[in-house]
Amino acid sequence: MPAFPVAAREALADTQLRRNLAHATGTIRAKRAAVVGEVAEWEELRLAGAAIKDNTLRRLDEHLLTLEAALQARGATVHWARDAREACAVVAGIARDHGVDEVVKVKSMATQEIGLNEVLAEHGVTAWETDLAELIVQLGDDLPSHILVPAIHRNRAEIREIFRREMGAAGRPAPDGLTDDPAELAGAARLHLREKFLRAKMAVSGANFAVAESGTLVVVESEGNGRMCLTLPEVLVSVVGIEKVVPTWSDLDVFLQLLPRSSTGERMNPYTSAWSGVTPGDGPQEMHVVLLDNGRTRALADEVGRQALRCIRCSACLNVCPVYERTGGHAYGSVYPGPIGAILNPLLKGVGVDEQTDSLPYASSLCGACFEACPVRIDIPEVLVHLRSQVVDAHRGGAPKPEAVAMKAASWVLSDARRLGLAERGLGVANRALTRFGRRVLPGGRRALSRLPWPGSLWTDARDLPAPPRESFRSWWRKEKR
Amino acid sequence: MKVAVLVTCINDSLFPDTGKAVFRLLRRLGVDADFPEAQTCCGQPMVNTGYLDEAVPVVRAFAHAFAGYDHIVTPSGSCAGSARHQHGLVARRAGDPRLAETGPKVHELSEFLVDVLGVTDVNAYFPHRVTYHPTCHSLRMLGVGDKPLKLLRAVRGLDLVELPAAEECCGFGGTFAVKNAGTSTAMGADKARHVRDTGAEVLVAGDNSCLLHLGGLLSRQRSGVRVVHLADVLASTEEDA
Repeated sequence: MPAFPVAAREALADTQLRRNLAHATGTIRAKRAAVVGEVAEWEELRLAGAAIKDNTLRRLDEHLLTLEAALQARGATVHWARDAREACAVVAGIARDHGVDEVVKVKSMATQEIGLNEVLAEHGVTAWETDLAELIVQLGDDLPSHILVPAIHRNRAEIREIFRREMGAAGRPAPDGLTDDPAELAGAARLHLREKFLRAKMAVSGANFAVAESGTLVVVESEGNGRMCLTLPEVLVSVVGIEKVVPTWSDLDVFLQLLPRSSTGERMNPYTSAWSGVTPGDGPQEMHVVLLDNGRTRALADEVGRQALRCIRCSACLNVCPVYERTGGHAYGSVYPGPIGAILNPLLKGVGVDEQTDSLPYASSLCGACFEACPVRIDIPEVLVHLRSQVVDAHRGGAPKPEAVAMKAASWVLSDARRLGLAERGLGVANRALTRFGRRVLPGGRRALSRLPWPGSLWTDARDLPAPPRESFRSWWRKEKR
Repeated sequence: MKVAVLVTCINDSLFPDTGKAVFRLLRRLGVDADFPEAQTCCGQPMVNTGYLDEAVPVVRAFAHAFAGYDHIVTPSGSCAGSARHQHGLVARRAGDPRLAETGPKVHELSEFLVDVLGVTDVNAYFPHRVTYHPTCHSLRMLGVGDKPLKLLRAVRGLDLVELPAAEECCGFGGTFAVKNAGTSTAMGADKARHVRDTGAEVLVAGDNSCLLHLGGLLSRQRSGVRVVHLADVLASTEEDA
């Protein structure tokens, strides 16, 4: 994947995409604001959510062992996976043991994070996404662009085209004469998916929460397709990040209030499914839980960054982020886009490893809208700045980039008033030289520069720059006040 | 009450008139403020780009320049936010807690006027149609709320019109403006469109850095909209008109 500024260029040039994103995030933003406004104690709920997650993370090992014991007591098999490779191997192994060549999936970010579909394909197993938006993404051979609304970048006409073109090759084709009416599109997906639910022997799910005390996994969703996945097949495998554990049902209560209002702008999720182990003759007869680390303990070890593990994947930060609204999710090059992705990816993968990951902490103007919206109060701007310093530190010692040289020079000038005064006198001299080229005049009468050589061109490609004044404040003060 | 003005490096070198306006305004309100000449910068450009080692000597100069003042007032929500919320980070890096001691005494201009001096009418006169952009750091890092609006509403002759999507970032973001120039200008273009939609002649904000970005875009678009810092508006009187 290219670094963020390069990847963003494509989205910025796509006016249809920009319109789709602005419309969709604007709509969800307004819905969220309205339902959050209904809750008088919203701030207390946020504080409670953050505190529960922090306390749980502090003793994560104990809670995970409790969860494991409770799951086993109810007949589930627990697998521990250190990384993507181990987790995929477990799921592929279960598929092989049952001789299946297809599985149905309910939307799971963790399985996307580990690239499960691709690994299953290598083993001759096809994974069918059953969440409507995920289905659109999968049929369109596309990548999700949003945590909650993976096909947010697509409009109705595009979805109709994808269904008509691709459904036939993947199973039941789209009905003849399909229009772009939302109800008709949903109906086509329903028929297409029903065939898959009834045929599949094995399902793969994620989990929004894992309640340690009772060994219960919880999935919240809007369509009911998830519940079909969780109840129809004989074998159910759930891939769960280790940060998803909550100690008790009363802890869960807080998140079931925070999550739907923050994510879909609803008071309650249409479907909340909870399952504990297996029940003979009812539902899946074999249940596996893969507890996934894949960088989470690395994030946990980061004093400032660990707060990112509070994330409940609501995507409120995406919907309020002005950067996300312009670039969409693909520019972040990961299953976790937007402000949370900009911190979560470097925390999980580590900085200084590749240029793409290192570009993510800079994919923000630090406006703070994400922190304001986050239901578990993750101070995303704080973590972004912290990770930026890690990126810079990871590259210290090597050949310095122009930026590092510039920062060192700026630091030298700005750490001494006399040096700054001299530099400003230089600007005054530059004024006389530059204003000869500054043909433009700003409203109010000041001259402006509109074409500077690199790196100034990064500014003047789109913006005029006021010409430096003849005299700095400092110099004026000396003359006038002394 | 010993009061100092943190003019900020951008105002000092690019917008000296804003610094002069702060002194004119404070003098009119009976505050005899100093300009500690040892001041340079709050260190935010380094901190926000991740160069903490490089920020240490800058913040040390800051702490040295402003030691001994009861209040430090600045025409920048962003620099006030940085001093209050980031100097602790730099102090930890340097292993020197004294570097964080002056930060809490820094007030953004509207906070100082309303909270410390207790005034909302500063006897200003500015006969123009104005729209106001609440900059992100004033709004979210400092939580200045409607203090700037209270001050603007009391200005005689000023016709204040509401800015659509006012709370959305303008896209400046310090080095973000050049590291992600495309995204930055896309955000700024939408803000500039909202500004033009209001029909205002003047865009006012509490940070010249945001106005540098927005003014640059509005100028390139030949919009005719002038950008003016809050301090310059509040310092204006009938004699200036």
